[in-house]
Amino acid sequence: MDHNQFTPEPDVTGSSEHGAATKVSARGLSVYYDDAQALYDVDLDIGKNQVTALIGPSGCGKSTFLRCLNRMNDTIDICRVTGQVWLDDQDVYDKSIDVVHLRARIGMVFQKPNPFPKSIFDNVAYGPKIHGLAADRMEMEQIVCSSLKRAGLWDEVKDRLNAPATGLSGGQQQRLCIARAIAVEPEVILMDEPCSALDPIATAKIEGLIEELTEKFTIIIVTHSMQQAARVSERTAFFHMGKLVEVGDTDQIFTMPKETRTQEYITGRFG
Amino acid sequence: MYGIAAVTVALSFVAILFFTIISNGYSAFTQTMIKLEVNLSEDEIDPTGGRDVAVLSAANYRKLVRQSLRSHFPDVKGRRDKRELAKMISSGADFAIRDAVLADPSIIGQRMNFILAMSDDIDQFHKGAISAKSAQSDRRVSDKQIVWFQHLVDLGLVEGKFNTTFFTGGDSREPEQAGILGAAVGSLLTLLVTFVLSFPIGIASAIYLEEFAPKNRLTQFIEVNINNLAAVPSVVFGLLGLAIFLNFFGLPRSAPLVGGMVLALMTLPTIIIAGRASLKSVPPSIRDAALGMGASRIQTVTHHVLPLAMPGILTGSIIGMAQALGETAPLLMIGMVAFIVDIPGGVTDPSTVLPVQIYLWADSPERAFVERTSAAIIVLLGFLFLMNALAVILRKKFEIKW
Repeated sequence: MDHNQFTPEPDVTGSSEHGAATKVSARGLSVYYDDAQALYDVDLDIGKNQVTALIGPSGCGKSTFLRCLNRMNDTIDICRVTGQVWLDDQDVYDKSIDVVHLRARIGMVFQKPNPFPKSIFDNVAYGPKIHGLAADRMEMEQIVCSSLKRAGLWDEVKDRLNAPATGLSGGQQQRLCIARAIAVEPEVILMDEPCSALDPIATAKIEGLIEELTEKFTIIIVTHSMQQAARVSERTAFFHMGKLVEVGDTDQIFTMPKETRTQEYITGRFG
Repeated sequence: MYGIAAVTVALSFVAILFFTIISNGYSAFTQTMIKLEVNLSEDEIDPTGGRDVAVLSAANYRKLVRQSLRSHFPDVKGRRDKRELAKMISSGADFAIRDAVLADPSIIGQRMNFILAMSDDIDQFHKGAISAKSAQSDRRVSDKQIVWFQHLVDLGLVEGKFNTTFFTGGDSREPEQAGILGAAVGSLLTLLVTFVLSFPIGIASAIYLEEFAPKNRLTQFIEVNINNLAAVPSVVFGLLGLAIFLNFFGLPRSAPLVGGMVLALMTLPTIIIAGRASLKSVPPSIRDAALGMGASRIQTVTHHVLPLAMPGILTGSIIGMAQALGETAPLLMIGMVAFIVDIPGGVTDPSTVLPVQIYLWADSPERAFVERTSAAIIVLLGFLFLMNALAVILRKKFEIKW
C-alpha cells in the first residue's frame, strides 16, 4: 500500500477526554514468535504528551507491543511483525525507515536498570555522541547537565560525574537510564515496568518524574501495578492473552470498565 | 576430604616434575671455563702484516690455543697424548679468539688472557656427572685427562662461569656451544605470526557467529565444525600445512611463517570458542540499552559488548597462544625440526622452536645435552609462566566491575 497517502484515522479505539492529538498509533498489529502468536491484531492510539499505561497479566503481550513501537523486536530472530505502527505520519515498519533514527525519536527505559559500566557522564553522553548532537565538549556538558536535572538526579551526582554508574543505587540507576533516554531529545519514551526492581521511595521519585516529563514527551509505560497505572497515567490500555481488551481514560477504566475481563483483572480476580 | 587428597596428589606430581627438571637443568646455566694466556703472535696470525680481514679470519687460532695449553704440560709427548690434551678445550675456543682479534686487531703480537670454554666431557666431569671411579672404557674422559684437569684445577685456571653461550647461541653439535636463542627467536616469530593471524580472525568469527549470524542450518553446521576442529590432533594440522602451504603454495620450508600459519589454524577454534563464551556472558540488558539508545548493531558490539567481553577473549587467546608455544608435532611436519645453527632474522628464515629444540636435544647422545634439555624446558616453562601471568594481568586490567 502507498504509505504517503495514509493519514492516521481518528481515534477509533476509545476517545480521550483530554482530546490530545495522536502521536503513535498501531493498526492491525500482530506479532509471532516462530509459530506462536503473541499479539493479535491490536489497534491502539497514543495521545501526544500523555502518559498511557499498558496493564495486564504476565505474558499478555504488553511488553511485546511496547517493543514493537521502536522496533526492538527486530533484534529477536524468530520474531515476526505484521500490521502497521505510525509515528506521526511515518510508518515505523516502512523499509526506508532508519532504525537508528527511529530509536533516537522513541527512547526506551527497561525493566531492570541497565546503565553502561562506564561513568555517569559517559552514560548520559553516549546517545548525543552517537547521534552527533553535541558539537563540542561544552555543549555535551550542557546536555548531560540538563538531562540529569530533568531526571531529578543532578543534585545527587553532580560531584561525581566521573564515578562509575554501576555504583549508584537501583533507583538512581533507573533515573540515570531515564536521563540517558531524554538526552537525545526523543519524542516518545517507552518504559517497560521501570519501577518493578525498585523500592517504594525510588518508585515514588520515578512516578513524580514521569508526571514532569509529560510536558515535553509522550510516555508509554508498561506496569504490573494497577495503583501505579492509576497514579501516573491519563489513559490505560488493558491487554489479555495477546489481545487489546479495552482502552480508555484511566479514571473510566478503573471505575467503570466496559469489559468484564477488565473488571475481573482490576478487582484482582485473576492476574 | 577426597578432593583435598586428590589435589594434594596432583600438586605433589607437579612438585616432583619441577624438582626433577630444575635439579637436572640448573647445572646447564654454568659452564666450566679455563683461563689461558694465549700468545697472539704476529707470525702465526698475520705473517704479511696487512691486517686483512680475510687473512685474520683464516688464521690457525686452534694452534695458538693448543700451544698455550701445552705450555702447562711440558712433559706431554706423542701425537695421541697431545690430541687428547687438545680435546679438553672446546672446539669453539678458537672462534672466541678469532672474534676478539677481528674486533680489535691491535692486540696482535701481545700475550693475552682468555677465558675459554672447556669441552663438554670435561665440563660434565667437573660438574660430577661423569665419575672418575667408573672404568675408563665406560666414560668419555680418560684417566690422563683427569690427571691433567686436576693439574689445571690446582693451578687455579679452571672456574665455573655463567653460561652466556646458552642464551646467546644457536644450536650446535657441540653441547658447550649450543644455545637456545635460535629456538627462542624462532618461537617468538612463530607465535607472532600465529597471533597476528588467529587473534583478529578469531575475534571477528566469534563476533559474527555470536552477534550477527542468523540461526540456521548453515551456522549450526559451522558451529559444530568449529567445536570439532578444536579436538583435531595437532599433527593433522601439520599435514595440512605440508600439503597446502608448502606443496601447493610453495611457501618456504622450516620457516616461522608457515609454522605460525599452521599453529594459527590450530589456535583459531580455541579463540573462537573462548570468544563466543565471553560474548555470551555479556548481559543482554547492555545490548538492549545500547540498541534502545539508537546505536547500530556494530556500534553496540564495538562500544559496549566487545569491551566487556575483552578480558575473557584475551584470556582465551593467551591460553591458545600458550598451547601453540608448546606445540611440536605439526611443526615437525613442515620441517621446523631441521638442525639450524643460525639465529633466524625474519619469518621466512629457516628456524626451529623451543619444544622442537628440546626434542632434538633429548635425542642427542652427548651427556651434556641432558642438562641442556632440562634447561631448555625451564626456559620454555618460564615463557609459559610469563604468558599466563600476562593473561591474569590483562584480565585484571580490563575487568569492569558491575
